[in-house]
This record gives sequence, structure tokens and C-alpha cells, in this order.
Amino acid sequence: MTTISNETTVGDGIDNVEGHPTPELPATLSTTPAKKKKRGLSRWLPPLLVFLGIVVVWYIISLFVLDPHLRFLLPLPQDILFKGFLDPLSFNALMVALYQTVIVAMLGLAIAIVIGVIWAIAMSQAKWVERSLFPYAVILQCIPILALVPLIGFWFGYEFPSRVLVCVMIALFPMVNNTLFGLQSVDKGHRELFKLQGANRWTTLGKLSLPAALPAIFAGMRISAGLAVVGAIVGDQFFRRGTPGLGILISNYSSRLQGEQLFATIITAALFGVVVFWLFGLLGRRAVGKWYDFT
Amino acid sequence: MTVTAPAPTNTQTSTTDVLLDFSNVEMTFPDGTIALHGVDLVVKRGEFVTVVGPSGCGKSTLLRIASGLETASNGVAQVGTDRIGYVFQDATLLPWRNVTANVELLAELHGESKKDRAAKAREAIELVGLGGFEKHLPKALSGGMKMRASLARSLTLDPELFLFDEPFGALDEITRERLNDELIELFNAKQFAGLFITHSVSEAVYMSTKVVVMSGRPGTIVETFDVPFPPTRDPEVRFTPEFAALVGEVSHALRKGHGNS
Repeated sequence: MTTISNETTVGDGIDNVEGHPTPELPATLSTTPAKKKKRGLSRWLPPLLVFLGIVVVWYIISLFVLDPHLRFLLPLPQDILFKGFLDPLSFNALMVALYQTVIVAMLGLAIAIVIGVIWAIAMSQAKWVERSLFPYAVILQCIPILALVPLIGFWFGYEFPSRVLVCVMIALFPMVNNTLFGLQSVDKGHRELFKLQGANRWTTLGKLSLPAALPAIFAGMRISAGLAVVGAIVGDQFFRRGTPGLGILISNYSSRLQGEQLFATIITAALFGVVVFWLFGLLGRRAVGKWYDFT
Repeated sequence: MTVTAPAPTNTQTSTTDVLLDFSNVEMTFPDGTIALHGVDLVVKRGEFVTVVGPSGCGKSTLLRIASGLETASNGVAQVGTDRIGYVFQDATLLPWRNVTANVELLAELHGESKKDRAAKAREAIELVGLGGFEKHLPKALSGGMKMRASLARSLTLDPELFLFDEPFGALDEITRERLNDELIELFNAKQFAGLFITHSVSEAVYMSTKVVVMSGRPGTIVETFDVPFPPTRDPEVRFTPEFAALVGEVSHALRKGHGNS
């Protein structure tokens, strides 16, 4: 076997203008801590100031604008903390409800992911399948799910399965749409590369289309995850049998004018949504961040 | 695709040495565009044929027919081997695979064992001078290195017919000339049949044993030039009067063909 030439090492030096090999990494890491700290501060300071501003306005409204007997409309922050969150009774109810909502949302999301990916793969395999099935994905997206909720109750009862079903329906479309987009945006040159080797459709799917679609799939998951949280709370407020979730808790507290608990529950639901969004962003970066700028 | 018919004009070499035989090949696209018209072209083992022509003259279509990506609408296009290497205009590396995994891809698609494809990949990577970059992802490589990886990937097939579709068109001059030299060495070592598409006349004359000039709309072969320089090209050959004269002749044929279209 002949090696091309000894000059190649020189050539690589010339070639390698953009791509810096690993040896430079430790150097950049060791010089950054101070810089990083500064960047961290300038990144966190503005939103922190906005937060402080909101708290100040909150106190002003709660203390000076609202009549004491109307204070449940906007309770004092410390009351929300001590009565809404830390009071043992409220805390217990909150955790039970949160657990129930997490289960419903994540199960609904998992089912939506599986159905969505399979649906999109089916559509990517043949134009006639896409033509037959895509309109229904769009219709699913266009129907206001709230309009269907009573029907779901009729058919599937007012307990756990119906809540999950609402999550699935609300989270399904972004999965179908994103996965299909990802599968269809595979580079033409890559397709021909596989075609030239006589690769069959399943090999092409497994080794080319699906890996290429992963960034789009993870982007879809993040959108769907947020929607699944919405679905779990909406479903909860309508299907009131079985273990209460955050949705039932919210409507109970609001009908009893328990402002502190109501705010604590709303904040919990919001935090859950934020955590889910962040978690699936992290998952996406872990999965494809090495080769794709997943933001 | 795998059977070779006796080449009509061939007297000296045996028929198995004709790896590409186009006779009166026509290509008409569904929209009525005539991409190729009456193309006769033979490429034998040990020949490096370069096709030059203006953009849109059907050069790429020629390669696509040779590789089997397209079928000629008329005429006979015969290819004497199923070991065809195809280097695209872009490196077409899979961004989620590192260099080794990218180079192993073709053997993997042919169902070869892990051990075999690893051995083939190691050899090909060494051959193109990418040793030490096995674990790098494509995004960490420069344009020239990506092209080397792409070349290595095709080399794992040990191709008898090697097709190149303007592979170095997007590279800077220095990288391009270096890769030209390395490809010539590779060709001299392996003696495959090469069909190389470019729009650079000096690259064509420098690289090949034969230069084919095409004109566009419809794509036809205007003229063919044999390149008289020794197979082991000295980069200095570029500065000889003979080289300049041949480049001039090819350019002239190219302009003439272009003017007619």
C-alpha cells in the first residue's frame, strides 16, 4: 500500500484553518473563569432587576391599592410563601396534585412522541400516505381541543385516561410536523450517496433520515412538552374524578377565594412548565449538540 | 451494468480494461431540455479523463448516468464494473459521524463486518493523510480535510471506475493544487479509470491523460485532447510552454463551443 506523500502533514497545517484540533481546548478553559463570572453576572443582572421591580409593584398594589378584605386578589409574597407553600396542609395537597399532573403530562407526552414519530415516518415513506394523512394532522391542530373535551368525557369517562388523551391530542401536532420536516429535509447529496450503494429504505431511514431528523424531533419534543403541561391542567379542570391534579386545585382554591394557595399552585404549575422546557432543551443539546447547534 | 460489450474502437487493450463506454448517449429531461446529445466516450483502466465545459453543459449529467443515478434516454451507456467510486461536489459527510465512521459508511451499507470495515477505513484514512483526525466530527475539519475524508470514503470501495464531480471547486487555490497532486499519485498507484469533471482548464490539463471539451445546450463533445506529459506530474510542468500551449488550445475549443451554443 502506498501512502500519498510526506507533505500531507504540511498540507493539513494549511488546510486546518477553521478546524482547531483538541489540544487548544484546555488552554481556553483555563483562561476563562474570570471572564465567565463577569459574563454570568451581566447575564443574570437585567432579569434580576426586572424581577425586583415586579416585586416592588406587587407590594405597592397589595399593601396600598387593595382593600384588606380584597387582598386575596393579590396576596403579599410572604403570605404566599408561608401560607400557600409551607403550610403543611397546603404543601401536601400541592405535592400530591403536582405528582398527578406530572404523571398525566409526561405519559401524554410520551404517547404523543411515539405516535407522532411513527405517523411522520409513515408519511415520509410514500407521497400518497402523506397526502392521505397530513390533512388530519392539520385538522387535529385546528380543532380547539376545549371544544372536544366534553366529547372525550362522554366516550372515555372523567378520570385518568381522558386527561392523558387531552395531553396527547394537544401535544401531537408539533411532533408530527417537526419529525416530518426533519425527515424531508435530508440533504440530497446524502440521499444519493445511500442510493448509489443500493441501500434499502429501512437502512436509509435508520442510518440517514432519522439521525438527520433528530434536531427537528428534539425541537418538536420541547414544544410538545410545554403543550402537554397545558393539556394536563386543562384536562384536570374538566375531568374532576380521580386524584386531583394542579388544575383541580386551582379551580378549588379560586372558588374558595384562597388567594395564597391559589397563587402558590399557579406558581408551581408555571415552574413545572419552565422545568419541562429546560429539561427537553438539555436533552436535545445532549443528544445532538455535538454536531448541531441546538438552541 | 456489470457486463462489458466489446468496445468498437479498441484494438490494443483487452475488453475488460474498458470501464466506461458511452455510445451516442442522449439525455432528455421530462421538461424537454436536452442535456446530452450524441455523446461518445470511452474510459479505460489507467486513463484519467477530464471533462471541461461551461456550467449547465451536461457534465454532471454525464457522471450521473455513469454512476447509475440517472438512465440515458437514448444510446448505450455501459459500465464495466460495479466498483464505482463517486466523489460529489460537496464532501457529503454525515455530520453526526466522526471521520472514521464516515469513511466506514459504504462498507457498512454493504453489510461488511466491523473488523473488515475498520481495517479498510484505517487504510484509506492513512492514504489521504487524515491520520490523527479519526475522531474529529466533520464540523471540526476544514474544507480540504472534508474533501480528503470524502475521498477516503470512496477509496474503501477500491473503485475500478472513479467519478469526480468538481470535487475541489470550492477549495482555495493552494489546497486545490495540493489535492490535485495527491490525486495524481493515488491514480498512479491504483491505476483506476478516472472521469473527472471540472470547469478549470488548467486543472483539467494538469490532472489528466485526456481532456474532453463539452459545449452546452445540448451538451455535446466538441473536441478531445491527449495530454502528452509524463504520468508522474511535476508541479513545475505548469510553467512550461507546452503546458501553456495545451491550455490555450483547450480554452480556445471551449470558447468556440460556448459561442456556438
